[in-house]
Amino acid sequence: MGIEAALTSDTILTTSLQRVINWSRRSSLWPLPFATACCGIELMATASSRYDLARFGAEVMRFSPRQSDLLIVAGRISIKTLPVLQRLYEQMTEPKWVISMGACASTGGVFDTYATVQGCDQFIPVDVYVPGCPPRPEMLIEGVMAIQRIIDEDNIPPKGPDGRRIPLGIALQPNHAPRPQPVGVTVSR
Amino acid sequence: MTDSSDKTANPNPVNLDHPTFARVKEAFRDHQFSATEFRGQSTLIVQPDDLLEVMRFMRDDEQCQYNFLSDVIGVDYEGYEADMPGRFAVIYNLCAYGRDDRFFVKVFLSPSLPTDGIEEDPALWVESVTSLWPGAEWTEREVFDMFGIRFRNHPDLRRILTWGEFPAHPLRKDYPLRGRGEREQYRVVDRTSS
Repeated sequence: MGIEAALTSDTILTTSLQRVINWSRRSSLWPLPFATACCGIELMATASSRYDLARFGAEVMRFSPRQSDLLIVAGRISIKTLPVLQRLYEQMTEPKWVISMGACASTGGVFDTYATVQGCDQFIPVDVYVPGCPPRPEMLIEGVMAIQRIIDEDNIPPKGPDGRRIPLGIALQPNHAPRPQPVGVTVSR
Repeated sequence: MTDSSDKTANPNPVNLDHPTFARVKEAFRDHQFSATEFRGQSTLIVQPDDLLEVMRFMRDDEQCQYNFLSDVIGVDYEGYEADMPGRFAVIYNLCAYGRDDRFFVKVFLSPSLPTDGIEEDPALWVESVTSLWPGAEWTEREVFDMFGIRFRNHPDLRRILTWGEFPAHPLRKDYPLRGRGEREQYRVVDRTSS
């Protein structure tokens, strides 16, 4: 964004191909919202105009795993839902990243019962955990930005000694200090 | 009709003047019933074998006209502080739209087998009321799923909330809240398998 403004029309910009690929990937994350509970409402709020996930290039919610590269697990996962989640994850094409949004997706939350998965990272790889119950939209945006930093660092996450990609497992630190709202709204009649 | 609760221990006096009690008693003279009431909610306790006939009467009778079955609930009374006539109960929540009247019918069942498995217990069978109120189909499936109480002549008695291979009936009191490992035992998807 804004790169055209920095360049005059006859300028040649040289860079490495990897950086261009990373830049385009980080700027056009297409999330697959797996919203099963109230975190999904915050996810919708994040995508809507006030918080405007489009500023980070991640506003194109895709409900087909074939078209998306960021899985956002928002809400509690029951054992009956888990096969669906795993299937969706497997159907996503590489490169793909996973955000575990909220306490329930990350740990089971208050639902410490026989049917609730105690953290979806037990069964699928998770790159970024977003804490909160539910997380505020700012927090989810932090999660998306963490994914962008992962993409910036190196395109494919590191591999372990067995050749498997290591889930990054980054947990965001909750920030309880209120921030100014992005837009001041006044209503005049 | 007898009062099943102890009046001296109950701070709320039991008031059995709901007209449906008298009506059912009059229609089924040689059958055994009991009845109870709490804060205006009247409950008729029926023997399991009489259930379908009593329910049919209560739906079709001119003065009862319970034309809507709003819920079917299971209860496990294990560890309950009062003595109950059976370990399990199935409660039918009836509603008469014409009079805005609610009425409860209760059936007690006692298991003949250990209750920690999913074995079919011949003592835990009740007649299904889906022939009277088709909407009972899913609520009875839920009672079956959660308590293992089976319903005779039910059109499609499968589990409804848990998955088909679930190895228990989870709302029984002897089933641990955190399960017996059902939530841990599932395949793990990693980066290489996808």
